[in-house]
Amino acid sequence: MQRDAETVISSPHIHSGASVGGVMRRVLMALLPGVIVSVWFLGPGVLLQIAIATLAALAAEAAMLSVRGLAMRPFLFDGTAAVAGVLLGLAMPPLAPWWLGTLAAVFAMVVVKHAYGGVGHNLFNPAMAGYALLLVCFPFAMKAWPVPGAAVWTADVLGAVFPVDGSRVDAVSGATALSFVRDGLQGMKMLSELRPAEAAGLAAGGAAWVNAAFLGGGLVLLAAGVIRWQIPAGFLAGLIAVSLLLHLGDAQRHASPLFHLMNGATMLGAFFIATDPVSSPVTPRGRLVFGLLAGAVVVLIRRFGQYPDGVAFAVLLMNAAAPLIDRYTRPRVYGERDGR
Amino acid sequence: MEVAHARGGERVSAVLRGFHGGVRVPRSKEALQGAGSRSAALPPLLIYPLQAHVGTPARPVVDVGRKVCRGELLAVPSSYVSQAIHAGTSGIIVEIAERAVIHPGGITDTCIVLQADGEDRRLEPAPPLDLGRATPEALLARIAEAGIVGMGGAGFPSHVKLCEGLSNAVRLLIINAVECEPYIACDDCMIRERAADVVLGARILMQALAASQCVIALEDDMQLAWDALSSCDLAGAQIVRVPAIYPAGGEKQLIRMITGAEVPAHGLPIDAGVVMHNAATAAAVADAVVRGLPMTERLLTVAGAVRTPANLRVRIGTPIAHLLDGCGRSAADARVIAGGPMMGTRLIDESVPVVKTTNCVLRLPAGSEQPAVPCIRCGDCVEVCPAQLQPQALYEVARAGDWDGVRELHLFDCIECGACAYVCPSRLPLVHYYRHAKSEIEALELEQRRAAELRSRYDARLRRLAQAGGAAAGLEGQVEPDAGEGPAPAPAPDRATMQAEIAAAIARAKARRAAYTPPAAGGDGDGTR
Amino acid sequence: MSVVIAMAVLAVGALGAARILIATASPLRGSHDVALRIDRLLPQTQCGRCLYAGCRPYAEAIARGEARINQCPPGGAATIRRLARLLGVEPLALNPRHGTEVPASVVVIDEETCIGCTKCIQACPVDAILGAARQMHTVIAADCTGCELCIPPCPVDCIAVVPAPAATHAWRWPTPAEASG
Ligand code: SF4
Ligand code: SF4
Ligand code: SF4
Ligand code: SF4
Ligand code: SF4
Repeated sequence: MQRDAETVISSPHIHSGASVGGVMRRVLMALLPGVIVSVWFLGPGVLLQIAIATLAALAAEAAMLSVRGLAMRPFLFDGTAAVAGVLLGLAMPPLAPWWLGTLAAVFAMVVVKHAYGGVGHNLFNPAMAGYALLLVCFPFAMKAWPVPGAAVWTADVLGAVFPVDGSRVDAVSGATALSFVRDGLQGMKMLSELRPAEAAGLAAGGAAWVNAAFLGGGLVLLAAGVIRWQIPAGFLAGLIAVSLLLHLGDAQRHASPLFHLMNGATMLGAFFIATDPVSSPVTPRGRLVFGLLAGAVVVLIRRFGQYPDGVAFAVLLMNAAAPLIDRYTRPRVYGERDGR
Repeated sequence: MEVAHARGGERVSAVLRGFHGGVRVPRSKEALQGAGSRSAALPPLLIYPLQAHVGTPARPVVDVGRKVCRGELLAVPSSYVSQAIHAGTSGIIVEIAERAVIHPGGITDTCIVLQADGEDRRLEPAPPLDLGRATPEALLARIAEAGIVGMGGAGFPSHVKLCEGLSNAVRLLIINAVECEPYIACDDCMIRERAADVVLGARILMQALAASQCVIALEDDMQLAWDALSSCDLAGAQIVRVPAIYPAGGEKQLIRMITGAEVPAHGLPIDAGVVMHNAATAAAVADAVVRGLPMTERLLTVAGAVRTPANLRVRIGTPIAHLLDGCGRSAADARVIAGGPMMGTRLIDESVPVVKTTNCVLRLPAGSEQPAVPCIRCGDCVEVCPAQLQPQALYEVARAGDWDGVRELHLFDCIECGACAYVCPSRLPLVHYYRHAKSEIEALELEQRRAAELRSRYDARLRRLAQAGGAAAGLEGQVEPDAGEGPAPAPAPDRATMQAEIAAAIARAKARRAAYTPPAAGGDGDGTR
Repeated sequence: MSVVIAMAVLAVGALGAARILIATASPLRGSHDVALRIDRLLPQTQCGRCLYAGCRPYAEAIARGEARINQCPPGGAATIRRLARLLGVEPLALNPRHGTEVPASVVVIDEETCIGCTKCIQACPVDAILGAARQMHTVIAADCTGCELCIPPCPVDCIAVVPAPAATHAWRWPTPAEASG
């Protein structure tokens, strides 16, 4: 029997060539346009955050692999840690101090990924779990987004990210359009009062451009067959449906679907975060359900929650439901009538 | 996926449906799709395994030392699902012994070994049947005598499939020439060279089945084969071309594409009113019925890391090493496969013989194997699975050894096509896990059936002893071990001997019936599942 | 008001949870039923190596809590594992006092030597031996469990143990050798 285990080889004897590393490399490539546009509008801090989070994620991954006695080769450079790091870096406020991103990345890798058994076994999206940790523990630091415009290029970005003896850079940070509108609405203001700011946010913060860039990258990913259409389509449909319903109900108190589509991490979430294969359902129908619910929850959190954006919590919430969704959306087997 | 391929007729719906999933694999057969076939050199030894892939082993009718001619009967079917075997050349039977056979584990099995004398004398062919008057039964008998089995798939004896047709209404006969596996081009070549025989064979099969329609299915890149077929008198058959998506040639997938209906789970194509035969089988049927020739030869593709890839006419029983010697090995380190790269069997020993189902011998150069990593739940396997299963969930439960779980996920609907493992970015040996699980479950079921039988024999004995009063003397006259007593009042022990024969016969029947429902199990009986 | 609702919800939830717990924790009602289920997992070799008169008596002993689950050598580790799962206990290693796990065997009677004393027939727990008084006896290999109970009684020592005939094509796919992580 021992001999068998080595010599018995089952068909198929050829392979498509797909690999986890290949998938992740293409994801990273598709993120590029969004990263570039983000840097354009939000300054070099974005790059710094990405670098910090990615390095920390890779280091934590390597440490965990050696602690668990696993081989480095197939795992460290399979791109999963890098993708988690880059997504986390993109989620971070560009001027957040370095230890925030590091903490989140280490938490993501050590607790969320490896404590659950490593690649393929994590229940939650590591990047979003790390980001959520920061939101819960350091809510104020995480709201510190740069004031749109030239400020980010003139400010001492390095000083903000690597603060020495408590130097603070409050001057350059402020609320995003999303936070501003939400805070305003929760403060019982009318949307018409906020509209100028909303418009300003759209134009100057470049959120619309950033979202457009991620949308582009996401469509490339879709066309390349790296991701399937169900999650992004469901996500955007859910987001549009709920925001439209609210908006139609009371246009003064609820922002339009367009506002939701073009702000925050909508496109990043729809195409890159919610589509993380490990923590999302596997069946095509399950993915559609997952996307729809995640998109809907995003709007609800944005409107009624306390956090700058709802994507992270929406995705985490749905991650927890993914096994259940999979269970109830099993495809109908060929030749079976009841589709159980 | 709706594919419009309205060719050759209008009776079967003009639009082919898709089947779920499937994957585009490299064809790797372009060069062979235009080339003709040639004969492989006759090997010094021909080897005939008695056990085919399905059914019971054939029973040899020759002894060692017997001289035979080509076409002479070597072994007869031992049951309904079993095949006749004929000598592939003239020579002498030198051995009936264990030889390595095509098998993933490289096991041996009983084989008849024929040493060729080089003269290749042929037995006088059987008289042709007159198609105008032949009854389906006569056709069936001839096909069974000729040892014809399905030449594409599992090698089911052809007469068995045809018999199913006698007792069921057959709407449609499908002649399957869809070679969806990479490299394999022997059916393509056979149709180009023997289109008339394929059509004739199809007509004979239709007659034997009393089928009302016939479709010959090709892939859409088999242009020359299509030309060859359409230049024949199709006599009511029509040609359908299906897209070259793996596994379009799978029985269930092809039926779904052509008829739009699905074969019920755990059912047979006949349950959908369809009988499917391979194109090479159809040609062999023509040989058997109108030329009186049994099946001793087949066309197969030799490809991969060989100097001259070819479609070869090969005597069944030829050792695969002999074919590779003939074609020349071009890479030192290669995996030798009987069958295609997606479903074929990796050979541990090259000396194994070609059997009736061997459509390809492939040498795949050893690639750089990447290690398997954990499943990332990408769902690619779900997308491609033609059986609409959840390969990744099946993998998890099969790996955990949860045999109830795999059954719940319909493991036994898996056709082992390999599409899931082909696309899996984590390089998981998915199909290997399914095969492991299937064989473990089958072994377990066998064990349980045996245990149930033993239990009932044990119970029968206990009851008998109890009725005998437990006295040692009561056992003296005990002659028939099977003489367990039913619930009915038993005769006095001393009369048991007199009635032994009758009682034994009744008890045996009871024991047999009881084997599947253990007695004394009460109302809850067999209720584990 | 909301307190009442909350308490009601909690109460209903707790009742539901309790039901589920009860349903899953005691699938085995009554020791007779348990014995039957245990017996279904035993190999039915009926050899008595467990020190009971057969598989059913051993099953009943386990059900009564008198015997441990690691006393059946013919069943070996696989049976112990299944018993452990059925009973919700930890698997144990086979107790060597009862024997070790060996490949399946059957016995054959040397028909030349046999004197036809029928002693083996009386010993065989599954009626696998055919023969009549003062006539040659023979073993039905397909029914013999290899329990060897027929060997000691034979006065002329004409019964021998041989490996069980391998079921044809008993080959099984091994577990894939896979890099795991
Ligand atoms: S293709 Fe492989 S990695 Fe992807 S879900 Fe299926 S088994 Fe998992
Ligand atoms: S091998 Fe089985 S599970 Fe995998 S794709 Fe084919 S049918 Fe589906
Ligand atoms: S040891 Fe096992 S096989 Fe033998 S009687 Fe006991 S339970 Fe049955
Ligand atoms: S013949 Fe002997 S070894 Fe076989 S079952 Fe009967 S008593 Fe046991
Ligand atoms: S006990 Fe021995 S001698 Fe007596 S009948 Fe059985 S085999 Fe023959």
